[in-house]
Amino acid sequence: MSNTNNNSFIIQVKDLTKQFGNFTAVDHISFEVKRGEIFGFLGANGAGKTTAMRMLCGLSYPTSGSGTVAGFDVIKEGEKIKRHIGYMSQRFSLYDDLTVMENMELFGGIYQVKSNELKKRAKALLQNLEFFEERNTLVSALPLGWKQKLAFAVATLHRPEIVFLDEPTGGVDPITRRQFWEMIYQAASEGTTIFVTTHYMDEAEYCNRISMMVDGKIKALDSPANLKKMFNAASMDKVFRILARDAQRGD
Amino acid sequence: MDSGTLAIEVNNISKSYGNIKALDRVSLNVKRGEIFGLIGPDGAGKSTLFKILVTLLNADEGTAKVDGLDIGKNYRDIRSRVGYMPGKFSLYPDLTIEENMEFFATLFGVTVEQNYELVAPIYKQIEPFKKRRAGRLSGGMKQKLALCCALIHKPSVLFLDEPTTGVDAVSRSEFWDMLHNLRKQGLSILVSTPYMDEASRCDRIALCNTGRVLDIDSPHNMVDKFNGNLYGIKAKDMFGLLNDLRTNASIANCYTAGEYHHALAGSSFNAQELKQNLEEKGHSNVEIKPIIPDIEDVFIKLLSNEQHQQQ
Repeated sequence: MSNTNNNSFIIQVKDLTKQFGNFTAVDHISFEVKRGEIFGFLGANGAGKTTAMRMLCGLSYPTSGSGTVAGFDVIKEGEKIKRHIGYMSQRFSLYDDLTVMENMELFGGIYQVKSNELKKRAKALLQNLEFFEERNTLVSALPLGWKQKLAFAVATLHRPEIVFLDEPTGGVDPITRRQFWEMIYQAASEGTTIFVTTHYMDEAEYCNRISMMVDGKIKALDSPANLKKMFNAASMDKVFRILARDAQRGD
Repeated sequence: MDSGTLAIEVNNISKSYGNIKALDRVSLNVKRGEIFGLIGPDGAGKSTLFKILVTLLNADEGTAKVDGLDIGKNYRDIRSRVGYMPGKFSLYPDLTIEENMEFFATLFGVTVEQNYELVAPIYKQIEPFKKRRAGRLSGGMKQKLALCCALIHKPSVLFLDEPTTGVDAVSRSEFWDMLHNLRKQGLSILVSTPYMDEASRCDRIALCNTGRVLDIDSPHNMVDKFNGNLYGIKAKDMFGLLNDLRTNASIANCYTAGEYHHALAGSSFNAQELKQNLEEKGHSNVEIKPIIPDIEDVFIKLLSNEQHQQQ
């Protein structure tokens, strides 16, 4: 059974739950993400997004529930999940004290990309970003927008089937933000699944489908166009407000 | 302009950190009772300008007045008249909500009771937790406490450096409601944000990038001044569409914007012809509609104009 599922879904979870003492951070969430999809994972502060994402990335084990990510069991195979996904967060992405190329070599090495292959891929990625000439520049000297684009390239260096992006565009200028989304589009068009969280509601509209978490549960899941229709709202911002209005939890 | 009507006057302020020009001849005025927004990404120079205006940092060049007082000569007086909420949470994490409030009140020689009315609408939301240590509060509650502490001495000018960064859309909207209430009580507010959609909540805004001010106006005028016809275009394959629009001679500029790409029409633009052309290239479900630009569109246009001029 799991084989047929693996073909169409890269994430499939059922009743995924995480409890910290008496507090149920994630409360029986069930959903699927299709291969090659851009999936937006939204929610109010404190809704449980980060906890859910940590479970999906193999960084934290669920209290109960079941599911697979990239074909591996979320209960038993966290280590394997970690090796087969890409991950990028706004807070930590690259080592400031290493050059652009050193960062690529480090992360490529951690993900066990063979040395020759790594050199080829790194060069191609940097050329694609028109950034090859900066390969020996220290990351600390780069503007934030460049760091973020580079971090995305590094997160996909080992060609993961799915990449998790945790608020990847916070604080960058609108032009860079768009360039970043073009990279996402490109990766998706090449078959990589994108799982992304954001506070920018206009970015929700870039996604094929989005889920909205409120108080540990998934309150809605559909395409942005359908959600707007369903809630009779002109924008995703409005949809978000309608859904988050009744939230009991703060972050 | 007469400083009696101005809460903040900034004239040609420049500041460099080593080789990096954080502020490059920035000038702006904030009227009394105005909510003025500094809108721009990281590295625009927003925090540096705040620090200079609240007299925590000296400018290399230029002059400025806050509440009619010179930032150089009268820095001590300025400090007692402004409220400042820095970008990083800077309250005492080991003190409770209540203790933080009392501490800041005492520093300014007032009591919490004396100015309770001003902070009450905000403080009441966190008062049930007043015995909790500030370090253990949620992001939204920290933000409210920081605002209360910045207000407790009843300042005449309020400086808020990215108060809504990292806060969800609902809490952000509530925060802006609070600012509008404060303005009604006569406060002048300079507030910065990287979220362009918050521009519409300001009376006037300065769009800034890499230390320079691109334009200053009301959000409404800024959109009105947008010179050009903007279209929203979508199709099934959005990435392919973007590339095809960029190589189309009738499109001056095209960028992603969510459900629709935004395309600035060139002189030869014709929606019908474009649709046909895209369909011939194999695109399906093509939709083209005129759209009203928002502040991000304005920002992108100003930024690309500037980049063209530099080249």
